[in-house]
Amino acid sequence: MENITCACGHSNPYGTKLCEKCGRPLTEEEKQNKVVDMRYDGTAIRSKTYNKSIVDKIWNFFSSVKVGISLIIITLVAASIGTILPQELYVNAPDVSKPAYYEKVYGWFGKVYNQLGLSDLYSTWWFQILVGMLAISIIVASLDRGIPLYKSLKNQRVKRHESFMKRQRIVAEGHVTASPEETLDKVEKKMTEMKYNVRRDGSALLAEKGRFSRYGPYINHVGLIVFLGGVMLRLVPGFYVDESIWVREGEMRAVSGMDGYFIENRKFILETHDNKPQGEQVRQGVNVVAKNFQSDITLYKQPKDAIPGDIDNLEKVRDYSIRVNHPLKEAGFALYQMNYRLNELKQMNFNLVNKATEESLGTIEIDLTNPKKAYNLGNGASVQLLVYTPDFNGFENGAPQTKSSLPVNPAFIFKMTTPETPDGETSFVAIKQTMEPFGETKYKMKFAGSETLNVSNFTIRKDRTIPILFVGGVIFMIGVAIGSYWNHRRLWLQVEPDGGVVMAAHVNKNMFSMKKDLDAVTAFAGLPHYIDQLEKLEEGEESTDGGIKEKEGDNTL
Amino acid sequence: MEKKKKRLVTRTIILVILALAIGYTVYGTATKEKVELVAVGSEAPDFTLVDLNGEKHKLSDYRGQGVFLNFWGTWCKPCEKEMPAMDRQYKAFKDQGVQTLAVNIAQTDFEVQSFVDNYDLSFPVVIDKTKDVMTAYNVGNLPATVMIDPYGKVAKIITGEMTEANIASYMELVKPE
Amino acid sequence: MSLIDLSGNLLFVAFIAYLVATLLFGGAIKQSNATGNNTHIWGKLAIVVTIIGFLSQLSYFITRWIHTGHAPVSNMFEFTTAFGMFIVAAFILIYFIYRMTALGLVALPVALLIIAYAAMFPNEVSPLVPSLQSHWLTIHVITAALGQSILAISAVAGLIYLLKVVDVKKASKQRFWLEAVMYCIIIVVGFVLVTSTFSAMDYESTYTYVDKEGKDRQIIYNMPPIFGMNDYKAVEEHGMSPLVEMPGIINAKKLTTVVWSLLVGSILYLLIRLIARRRISAIFQPLVKRVNLQLLDEIGYRSVLIGFPVFTLGALIFAMIWAQIAWSRFWGWDPKEVWALITWLFYAAFLHLRLSKGWEGERSAWLALIGFGIILFNLIAVNLILAGLHSYA
Repeated sequence: MENITCACGHSNPYGTKLCEKCGRPLTEEEKQNKVVDMRYDGTAIRSKTYNKSIVDKIWNFFSSVKVGISLIIITLVAASIGTILPQELYVNAPDVSKPAYYEKVYGWFGKVYNQLGLSDLYSTWWFQILVGMLAISIIVASLDRGIPLYKSLKNQRVKRHESFMKRQRIVAEGHVTASPEETLDKVEKKMTEMKYNVRRDGSALLAEKGRFSRYGPYINHVGLIVFLGGVMLRLVPGFYVDESIWVREGEMRAVSGMDGYFIENRKFILETHDNKPQGEQVRQGVNVVAKNFQSDITLYKQPKDAIPGDIDNLEKVRDYSIRVNHPLKEAGFALYQMNYRLNELKQMNFNLVNKATEESLGTIEIDLTNPKKAYNLGNGASVQLLVYTPDFNGFENGAPQTKSSLPVNPAFIFKMTTPETPDGETSFVAIKQTMEPFGETKYKMKFAGSETLNVSNFTIRKDRTIPILFVGGVIFMIGVAIGSYWNHRRLWLQVEPDGGVVMAAHVNKNMFSMKKDLDAVTAFAGLPHYIDQLEKLEEGEESTDGGIKEKEGDNTL
Repeated sequence: MEKKKKRLVTRTIILVILALAIGYTVYGTATKEKVELVAVGSEAPDFTLVDLNGEKHKLSDYRGQGVFLNFWGTWCKPCEKEMPAMDRQYKAFKDQGVQTLAVNIAQTDFEVQSFVDNYDLSFPVVIDKTKDVMTAYNVGNLPATVMIDPYGKVAKIITGEMTEANIASYMELVKPE
Repeated sequence: MSLIDLSGNLLFVAFIAYLVATLLFGGAIKQSNATGNNTHIWGKLAIVVTIIGFLSQLSYFITRWIHTGHAPVSNMFEFTTAFGMFIVAAFILIYFIYRMTALGLVALPVALLIIAYAAMFPNEVSPLVPSLQSHWLTIHVITAALGQSILAISAVAGLIYLLKVVDVKKASKQRFWLEAVMYCIIIVVGFVLVTSTFSAMDYESTYTYVDKEGKDRQIIYNMPPIFGMNDYKAVEEHGMSPLVEMPGIINAKKLTTVVWSLLVGSILYLLIRLIARRRISAIFQPLVKRVNLQLLDEIGYRSVLIGFPVFTLGALIFAMIWAQIAWSRFWGWDPKEVWALITWLFYAAFLHLRLSKGWEGERSAWLALIGFGIILFNLIAVNLILAGLHSYA
């Protein structure tokens, strides 16, 4: 790879388009162009400079903007495929039956979609690799372009070669009547007034404004990488906790993932809007619109050095009402109100009734969260609880079985003792079902109402990557804002002792505003009129075929 | 040439780091779903729970003995099935320095007591009312059994039902010498 | 007059003002075809009427906000109306930077169509569900809509650009696709026509059906049913019975609406073609004869530059902050989120293509149109077809 020596004597790296020192076009292509390609200010993009080892080849692959854009498009298409059918996360079925769900609801298409892994597309290995490749592309392409651009802009010379100036989009040539010195002073004054930085070198002048906007894209790329890095960090143990617990009203539970903390659900509140249903609400058959989901909780903490299970000396941390949009935040964790279950059985009441006379000997109240062994009704009558199954689902070897610990379908075996039946009678009682396994009884347990409670579902989340993501987002926004809302304007001026003037201007975007500046300075300093070489080009072509030639170089990174 | 070499090294390092990061992400996501109990070889989390007689059981009090720690619930059929075998083995190993501790998951005293009476279980049964210990051991499906050696380290983790021979061999494993 | 009635009237005034302003912009262009700028009375009048319309709609927005107690961006009607308003706002902004009259001739009809489309959705005030009760509703939705609106202006500039440069006399891919864009616009008109006609007739037919998960449900059609829901039974039927029954995964009511719109839109399109004896793009072409292509290209690019950061902030960053607060995770791959990301990626590709590959002028204009297509897809299809957390209509 040989360096290119410019006519001015400066040695440029291979791949340079415009001499780093004087701006002369160095390649044949640039020499042919009427308007030079000012992207990256004509510096050599590093990847283009050599292509030797396998590392360099990989590097060059990722350095290409074409590859970058292709990766963006592929990611975009892949992401859209994931929205054709709902993702598994949003499918309302247990994990194991999800494949069956897709087939049942969406037929063969759903089956194939699920089998291809498209129903969990965003966590597939290939999607992650795709995003990872995009990240590599962002890093490599930015390094390859940003560093040379920075060096080049930092080491800009005031004086540029005529061939450079004349190949800018905006060029003015002519003579001034005032003295060269006076013209330069005037231009300097006006440009300084318009907040340009002005540098002079003999007969040459360079006015420059908003150079930092050229770094905007690189800054926003840094932000993106910080963001993606943060996302990756969530996989590192300790950075991310995502747990879910159900807590009944009145119950205290250890908070999963949050060692040493306990939550007591004092009350769950569901409020609805008291508006009269109308319009769309009626059409969708929604009678009430929820207004508030709220769990009033108390958070407790174990004292230091306490071990799991030790709840004797809990310290109250605080009372809080967890609502949607108002999570409880504590010690880097956040507790969210996510779901609820209404009306779970809490207490069941039974009357001990004489079948023949319908006379009641009293009521027993069974607290399902803590049933007692015996309930004394006085006057010689008592009820013994022999068996309690919270979620009765049939008998096995004569014993009632439960299929969960939740009081979904409670069943009891009572032993009823009364003065009339001192030996006791046994009765099996479940919802809408009674049985007398040891023969007909004189007494029965008659259902006499129940009390219910609600259950709240909380998500416990800790995400220590949030600050990183936030910083990434802020850096991105700063970068994208300065890259979008500011532009880099430059004006080169050369005034010969004989009054001959060459002026050139360049802006990386928003030529419209630049021209306003140029008009102002032209009028103020009596400079010759400038021409926009691209407009000239376009008009010239339009008259022939009416089409617009594709052009490069107006807008530069 | 020196500059070129430096560039090659820089590029190689950057690419390798990025490739590793992507590899880690893919690997991390693929293994995320598998929830594991406490790690074998690590110290078993200490805990204290109360049994049906109101007596406190603290794991570290059994230091010097092996501990057969079983998590169960009355609704769990395999748990129920292995209970009689556990009780027999408890009796066999009790004097050889292997303690059995059954942790019920947050059920009512009544249910647990009737269950214990029903099977006439003689080992201590504690109730994890707040599911704190279950969380500390990261227990998912029942039954789950953790074998703890005399030094308080986790020697083995068993999820699912065990045969009586299994139980005996596990107890043998943590028996103090 | 109650506040909400006043609010409705203000919206109506705004609609009329935009309509008038469109005609004035048309007049201004005819007048200025000679000079190329619009220093004369028509152009000034047009922008004044536009601003009056905008202020009127802004008053609608504010009064409705006061009445409902939350920013009126919480359902399809409110959001889409606001989107139309922001397009007008973005147009006014760009107009005062570049003073291009032709822009109004396309931007205002686009805003009009969007507002008309919005009016086809129920406009009752509905209370907010808990997850929407947050200041972030205001912040996130308004910023996102504003970003989309500014991006929409680039499509407006792109459309004018294409109307000028595509040769409608010669058969070409460009000519076909340009006309396709015009056809799509007419279909939206068709949708508005057919919906408002049947709604004026108070048409209603009720059916029971079995949904895709096997549950029994009821549905009310507001248009004569062309397609029937899965296993439908008429409860109360008027006019006609469904011609074809659809399987459970297809919402036959929505399909009926789509087919009616296509039908009416296509008839309308054919009528226009028959009467004018020209392609629709050819009808508009003379109006944009004198526009400055350089300037249009710059406007298109500039509006993406202005809109992209606003969109990023509103549709991604604010969205993530709110999602973290309300749903406990900042990103959940909900269809709306994914399509916001797709929009963002698309405009990122747009900028890179322009900057590094020199895709300017015509190519850039086509890209701007596709970008707007994605935005509309996210607004319409994602809400109505792809079910998710954001389907609030």
